This record gives sequence, C-alpha cells and structure tokens, in this order.
Amino acid sequence: MKKTLFDKIWDAHVVESIPDGPDILYIDQHLIHEVTSPQAFNELKEREIPVFRPNKIVATADHNTPTENQHLPVKDLLSRKQLKELSQNCEENNITLYGLGHPYNGIVHVMAPELGITQPGKTMVCGDSHTSTHGAFGAIAFGIGTSQVTQVFASQCLLVEKPKRLRVNVNGDLRKGVTPKDVILYVISKLGTNSGTGYFCEYAGDVFENMSMEGRMTVCNMSIEMGARGGLIAPDQTTYDYVEGREFAPKGEEFDKLKAYWETLKTDEGAEFDQEYSFDAEDIEPMITYGTNPGMGIKITGAIPVEGGKSDAKALSYMGFKPGESLIDKPINYIFIGSCTNSRIEDFRMAASYIKGKKKAENVNALIVPGSRQVAAQIQEEGLDKVFEEAGFRLRQPGCSACLAMNDDKIPEGEYCVSTSNRNFEGRQGQGSRTILASPLTAAATAVAGKITDFTKSLN
Amino acid sequence: MEKFTTLQDTAVPLEVENIDTDQIIPARFLKATDKAGFGENLFKDWRFDKDGKPVEDFSLNQDQYSGQILIAGNNFGCGSSREHAAWALKAYGFKVVVSSYFADIFKGNALNNGLLPVQVSPEFLDELFLAIKKDNKESFKVDLENQKIQIISSGKSENFAIDAYKKTCLINGFDDIEFLVSKLDAIKKFEEKQTQMREAAIQE
Repeated sequence: MKKTLFDKIWDAHVVESIPDGPDILYIDQHLIHEVTSPQAFNELKEREIPVFRPNKIVATADHNTPTENQHLPVKDLLSRKQLKELSQNCEENNITLYGLGHPYNGIVHVMAPELGITQPGKTMVCGDSHTSTHGAFGAIAFGIGTSQVTQVFASQCLLVEKPKRLRVNVNGDLRKGVTPKDVILYVISKLGTNSGTGYFCEYAGDVFENMSMEGRMTVCNMSIEMGARGGLIAPDQTTYDYVEGREFAPKGEEFDKLKAYWETLKTDEGAEFDQEYSFDAEDIEPMITYGTNPGMGIKITGAIPVEGGKSDAKALSYMGFKPGESLIDKPINYIFIGSCTNSRIEDFRMAASYIKGKKKAENVNALIVPGSRQVAAQIQEEGLDKVFEEAGFRLRQPGCSACLAMNDDKIPEGEYCVSTSNRNFEGRQGQGSRTILASPLTAAATAVAGKITDFTKSLN
Repeated sequence: MEKFTTLQDTAVPLEVENIDTDQIIPARFLKATDKAGFGENLFKDWRFDKDGKPVEDFSLNQDQYSGQILIAGNNFGCGSSREHAAWALKAYGFKVVVSSYFADIFKGNALNNGLLPVQVSPEFLDELFLAIKKDNKESFKVDLENQKIQIISSGKSENFAIDAYKKTCLINGFDDIEFLVSKLDAIKKFEEKQTQMREAAIQE
C-alpha cells in the first residue's frame, strides 16, 4: 500500500492497536521542562511507579527562567522552587538535565535539535504544544498534557488515536524579504486557527525543500497554531547535513545505517491525504497579525478585513484596531526577537543583516533573546552581539522569555509588541499586552523605524 | 479518576470563539508544582479587572448563570498544551464543556481528568445558547452512556461522538497509566524489534 511519510513513521511505532480505540504508540524521545513535569513526577511517586526508560528523557529549564544574571539564584521564589523540583526529580530518576547555566541549556525546541537529539523517523513528545517543531527533521513530534507526560514516564508509550493526514504544498519562488515565518503565517491566515485540528500536516513543495533546517523548524513550530497536532517535512540532504556530527547524533557506520533508513521516509507517489491545500509562493508577502489568534494575519501592506469571524470584534477591541484599517505607520514601542519559533542563529543573522549600521528608533525597547546557550555563543563568535549593541538592542541570556512572560520579561499593558513568537493571544506577553506576530526581519525593520513599515522597498 | 455517567444541570454560557488555554489559565499561574488551587484563577483576566474587581458583564460573574456545564464558542481550548486549563475548569466546578469544536490537546487533557468535552454541531450549539438566553435556569442533560445531550424544556437533543475506549475509562473512572503499565512486556518486545523493523524498511 502507498503510504505517507506520517504513516510510515507512525506505523513503525505502534506497539498494539486497541480495537475501536487508540494505538499504543512507542515514544523514542521524551523532552521535559520545569513547568509541565512536576505534577507528573508527583503522580508517579504517589502510585509508586518507576520511570521506565530514563535514558530516553532529556530535561531543560526554559519556561520561567530569567534572561539576566542567570548565575545568581533565581529571584522569583515560585520559579526557583519549580526549577529546584526539576533538578531533584531528574536526579532521583536518573534523567539528564541541562539546567540553567549548563552549556547545553536552552529552549527545549532549540537545544534538542542543535544537540542532534532530534532525528528523522523518531517519535518525540514534550509537555509543550510547540513540540511540533521537531517535525522539521521528518519526525513525528507533538505536544502532550501532564497526564500524558506521566504515561510516557511510566511506559515510554502513549495511548493516542491516529490523526488524519493533511498536506500543505507551497511551490514557486519566495519574494525578497519573505521568510519562513511569513510562509507559515500566510498559510495559517488562509486556513484558519482550527483547520488542522485532528490532523498531522506534511509540508511539501519546493519552498520547503529549499529551506534551511532553521526555516523548516519555524514552519513546523507553528503547525499547532492552525490546530494541527504536528507538522513534518520529509528528510533530505539538508536534514542529514544538519544532523551529522552533532553531539548526540549517530556516528560513523551507525550514521550511515540510519541514513539509509531515513532515505525511505518519503511520502509514496500517489499516497492519499484526507485533506490537501496548495499555495503559490509568489502570493506571499511579509505578514503581520492584527488580532488575538495567529490566524488573524494580513500582508504588512494589507488592511484588516472588514468582515471577519464571530469573535473578531472582541479581538479588534482588545488590540485597539478597526476593520479596514492598515497598520502601516502604526507606532510600536516594543519588539521581541526570540522564542522557540525564531531564536536560532539564522534568525539573528537575518535581523542583524538589516540592523547593521542602523540604530533602533528612540521610542523602541528592543529585546533579543537567543534560544540556547549555544546560539548565544555563536552570536558572539559571529560578532552579531556588536551589531545589536551598537543599534541599541538589548541582548539577553537564553529562555522562553517574553513569548509567554512567565519571567520578568513582560510587555506593559496596552503596548504593542512586534514579536517573532508564535501566539498573539490576549495577555500572552503580559497582562493587557498587545502582540503583533512577525518575522525577525519585520521585527528588526519595525525597531529601526519605530513603527510598522513596508521595509521591502529598501531591500537590495 | 472521577467517574462520569450522566449529569443534569443548568449551564454557564461563554459565547466566544477560539478560547485559548492562556485565557483559561494565564501563564503566570503555571509556577505551581501541584494540581491544587487553579480554580480560583480560571479565566482570571476575563473574570477580574486589573484592580482585582469582578468584571460585571463576564458570564461566570453573573448571578443568573450557574451549573456544572460550560457552553462555549467554536474551537475551545486551542493553544498551549497546559493541562492546568483542564485542572482549573474542574477545580472551579465544571464537569462538562460543550462546544462545536475542541482543540486536540485540550480534549485529551480534559478526558484524562474526568472533564467531559461534548462536541455538538454549530447549529445545536446555537440552540443551546438560545435556550439559555430564553431562560437562564434552563437545564441540560448530558448522558455519556447514550452519548446524548438534551435541552430539558424543549426535549431537543443531539448525539455526540466519543472514542469507545475513552468512554469506558470515564464511566469506570479508569485512567491510561495502569493500562499502559500492564502492557510493559509487549512494550519491551517492541523495543527489541525496532532495529529489525528499520532494516526491513530499507530492504523494501
């Protein structure tokens, strides 16, 4: 039978199928962090169940960590307690932890790929919806709740219904200034915030084939924002080149053996999807959002739709925008470049290339947060830190930071923030904050102009 | 896990679409390391203004609405995977959430906590909101065994779908952990087979 990439990986991980029920799906790699794991560890302790496969779990601290003075004790007492419990739980259960200050520490969806933990053909889960990121490598990766974290601890398996298959094709040449973030924001704006619910989405077409791994991760990261449990892209030479040589990637003969398997991970010609959409790359322009879900996006030069969904009025009132309005020249006082969507080296290179030789506008507070210690080190190695400093941007230490504002990095009430993160929900970046999602390039251009601007005109 | 069979009660309407889990429980409350106390922070920034005063026109604050059923707009529970959202709804006192669509992860989390997500058609959802508008003391019956939700005064009803395995779990109060632990032998066998399966895939 002809199979999709998704089917091939899923079927290879089914331990058992329960009649009229879910599959018992084997999980190759479990990633954990401080926020969604403590209750799972407690549950195991109460039931006196041991962690079944501690060597298949890797932990990091990222969600509530400060992005300044990471060498000092964490000021926020609740955060400190949560981080301490993570350390204790990992120690008691023999789980590898890359905690605050460790050279491998970083946002879970940045550090795992850069360490070679993420590999094609694997099943991966984490108590975080953006686990879909790892699908960029041709893996089945999805976010789970804490009860499911407990299940994986106890059995290295999950009871899950197999999702349906969705494919999104984008073909053609991307225009100047259009980045992977714009591609995915465009797709979500066209399909809506729940179009992917019940599906796993494969991204296909030359736009994705020509993308770097960083770009593919940005795209797959936001699959959940259209409701899809995960997204994935078939592995190819770009994938193998990225994985090879990384700390935990297979080496030598083992790499070649696995690579031979990875090369079989492609959707067969003629395999069927339950749903399929196609878009032309030429239609995509730099995108921004105007509402309170990631599906409410427009071209940067576009206007807010006059006729929207049922709850659009509530969203526009929260954002302080009107139907039909253009956002060009809207003054912006905050920009944030970071998050598991856009905090990899390529994102900072992109921002720095625009910023170089320019200064941020007076009114702008510009926050740059690398996704990991390794990305931070590379920023310094390439001298990008100088570019940011000279332009007046604040470069911080790694973490999730202002994407969800669990630490002190919050956007004040009523203020707009052009942000490279993934969610523009009400209060996401701090109570009353107003988020406009965009690419690192758009965020950089906004910081320099002090307002939303059609920067594509000035690109060479 | 708490069992669920049937429930007849009044309901609280929340006619907003795409309610994300950040609204259900804002991230700043996720620093707890146990499951207690999330109920008081349910819909925190919709229920209370910045000075901590209850927002008058928010339905959870309005005396005319009560009950253990929450009826919400399309695509409930999208966004973050935080199970704290299900814990908060449960701790506040809800046993059923009705919507015309649920986000996948939220749905799973709810089912794992004995909170029943009832997915109805958009048309029936409108009927439910209308029934509460007509009479805010309207009762609704949610019957899991027969997979049916009914408006008591009019008798109008609709069937809802639920995974057969999950239904059994809810009715009996089973959860997945014990079940998976009972399968450890099969799981170990699977682990031994994994390398051979990859090699077979290359041969094909």
